[in-house]
Amino acid sequence: MTEIQENVVPDAGMSVDVSQRVRMWAAFRRNKTAVVGGVLAVLIVLVAVFAPLLAPYDPLVQDAEVRLSGRSAEHWLGTDDFGRDVLSRIIWGSRVSLIIGLVSVFLGMVAGTAMGMVAGYYGGKIETLIMRAVDVLMCFPDLILAIAVTAVLGSNLVNLIITIAIVMTPRFARLSHGQLLKIKESEYVIAAQAIGARVPRIIVRHIFPNIFGELLVAGTLWVGVAIRLEANLAFIGLGVQPPTPTWGNMIREGVDVLINAPGISIFSGLSILITILAFNTLGDGIRDMIDPRLRGE
Amino acid sequence: MFKYAVRRILQSIPILLIVLTAVFLVVRVLPGDPAVAALGDYASQEAVDALRQKLGLNDPIWLQYVHFLGSLIKGDLGTSAITGYPVARQVGRVLPYTLELTFCAILVGYILGVPLGISAAVHRNSFIDYFNRIFSLLGLSVPAFYLGILLILVFAIIFPVFPVVGGGDFWDVKDNLRHLVLPGMALGLLMMAYVTRMTRSSILDVLREDYVRTAHAKGLLERVVLYKHVLRNAMIPIVALGGLYAVVLIGSSVMVEIVFSRPGLGKLMVGAIKQRDYTTLQSVMVIYAVIVVLINLATDLVYSLIDPRIKYN
Repeated sequence: MTEIQENVVPDAGMSVDVSQRVRMWAAFRRNKTAVVGGVLAVLIVLVAVFAPLLAPYDPLVQDAEVRLSGRSAEHWLGTDDFGRDVLSRIIWGSRVSLIIGLVSVFLGMVAGTAMGMVAGYYGGKIETLIMRAVDVLMCFPDLILAIAVTAVLGSNLVNLIITIAIVMTPRFARLSHGQLLKIKESEYVIAAQAIGARVPRIIVRHIFPNIFGELLVAGTLWVGVAIRLEANLAFIGLGVQPPTPTWGNMIREGVDVLINAPGISIFSGLSILITILAFNTLGDGIRDMIDPRLRGE
Repeated sequence: MFKYAVRRILQSIPILLIVLTAVFLVVRVLPGDPAVAALGDYASQEAVDALRQKLGLNDPIWLQYVHFLGSLIKGDLGTSAITGYPVARQVGRVLPYTLELTFCAILVGYILGVPLGISAAVHRNSFIDYFNRIFSLLGLSVPAFYLGILLILVFAIIFPVFPVVGGGDFWDVKDNLRHLVLPGMALGLLMMAYVTRMTRSSILDVLREDYVRTAHAKGLLERVVLYKHVLRNAMIPIVALGGLYAVVLIGSSVMVEIVFSRPGLGKLMVGAIKQRDYTTLQSVMVIYAVIVVLINLATDLVYSLIDPRIKYN
C-alpha cells in the first residue's frame, strides 16, 4: 500500500490522514469479536434509551398474585418477590448502570486528563503536587475508595456518578501524564514551542490528538470497571436505593430467594456480565485498531 | 540491592503519612455525629456531650490528629464507640481470613494462569488459544460477587458439596479449607483470567526477540528455549503487573466476603459504615492503605530481584 502518500509530520488538527483512517477502520472490521462487542454495546445503549417503549410492564408495579413465578409467556423472565416483572426491571435497570458508567468515566476522563497533562507539561512543583495526590488516591483499591466516598456523599444517582468519577480520575491522570511525558520531547512539540505557540494551543492542537487513541481505549475499557463498581455498590446496599431497579439491587434481592427463584439473580447478573463484556471487547478492538503493527504496516 | 531496598522503603513512608492524613480527614467529613450514632437518637444531651468529651471530639482538630498518629504508632486502633470492643481486637479476629483468601486467590491465579497463558502463547491462534482467550475475557468481565453467587448455586445448593456461608473455625484446618474453597475459587478464577492474559502477551512479546531466534537456530530443544530463555524474561512484567492486580483483588475480596458472609476486613468495613462506626472505619481504611503500600513495595522489590537492570538505576 505504498502508493498512498502518508503525512510524516502530524498536521495541525489531524493526527492521521484519510488513508490511515480507512486502514484503521478496515482493521477494526476484521476483528470480528470487536465488531460484535461494539454492536452489542450500541444495542444495550439503545435498550437503555428506549426502555419505556421496550419494557412490557411497569418495573415498579407490584402484583402479589404472581410473586416469584418462574418464566412464563406473560413474564418472560419471571417475577420477583413483589410480583414485579423481572424483564422490565432489567430493561429499566440498564438506564442506571449505563448512565452512571458512561457519565462517570467521561467526567473522570476530562478531569483526569486535564490534571495529568498539566502535571506532565509543566513539571516541577505542580507535577509533584498533582501526581502525589493521584498516588494517594490510588493507594486504595477502587471499591474501598468508592465505599468511603459514598459514605460521605450519599447514595443518590448524581452523587454516585461523582463518586465513581472520583475513582476514575486518578487512573486517567496517570495515563495522560505518562503519555504526555513520552510526547513532550517530540520534535513537533519542540518546534511549536520554538515558534512561540502558546501552551494551550500546543496542548490542544499537537499533544492531545496524539494521546487521544490511548485515552479512547482506556475510557472504553474502564466503562466496564465503572459499571462493575456501581453494581458492587448496589449489591452492598450503597447504590441507588430501591424500589428503583438497578442490576446490582436486583441481584441482592435475588439472593434472598436464591433457592426458590434463582432466575432473578442469574439474569440480572448476566446483564451486567454481557454489558461489561461488550465494552471490554470493544475496547480491545479499538486498542488493536490504533496499533500500527496490527494494521499490517 | 540493599541500598535500593532501603531507598524504596523510605520512599513509602511519606506516601503512607499522606494517606493516613487523608483517611483522618475523610472520616471527619462523614455526616453524622459519632457520639449520637453510638448512643442512639433518644440519648440525653448530657450523655452525648459526655461521650463526645470522652472520645476527644471536642479537641481542636490538630490535637485529634496528633492523638490519631500517636495511637497508630503504638498500634492502638482505637475503641469502637458502637460495639465497645477495641478495634484492634476486631481486626485481629478477621484479618487472618482476609489474608488467607487473598493469598489463596493469588496462588490459584498464578498456578492456573501461567501454564494456561504459556500454552495459549505457544499454540497461538489454535483452538487452545481461542478457548483461553474467551475464558479470560469472561473472567475479566464477570463481577466477583456474581461469580460467587453462581458458585454457591452450583456447588452449595444444587450439589451440596461445600458450605454456603461463613468462614469456619480458622484453626480447624479441615473446616477452614472447606469454607475457603468457593470464595477462593471465585477470586482465584478472576486472578487467573488476568494472569493468563498477561502471560500470553508477555510471552508473545519475548518470542519475537532476537535471542529466542538465536536459541532456536542453535538447535536447542523447544522445551529448553521455553524454560531457560523465554520464561525468565517473560515473568518480569507478569510479576510486576501481578502486584498491581493484587490491589484490585483486594477490592473484589470485599464483595466475595459479603456474598459468602465470610468474616474479613471488607465485611467489617461495610458493617462499620452502615452502623456509622467511624472509629472502626478509620482503622480499617488505614489497614487497607498499609496493605496496598506493602504490596506495591514488595512488588518493586521482587521486580528488582528478577530484573538485574533495575539495581543499577
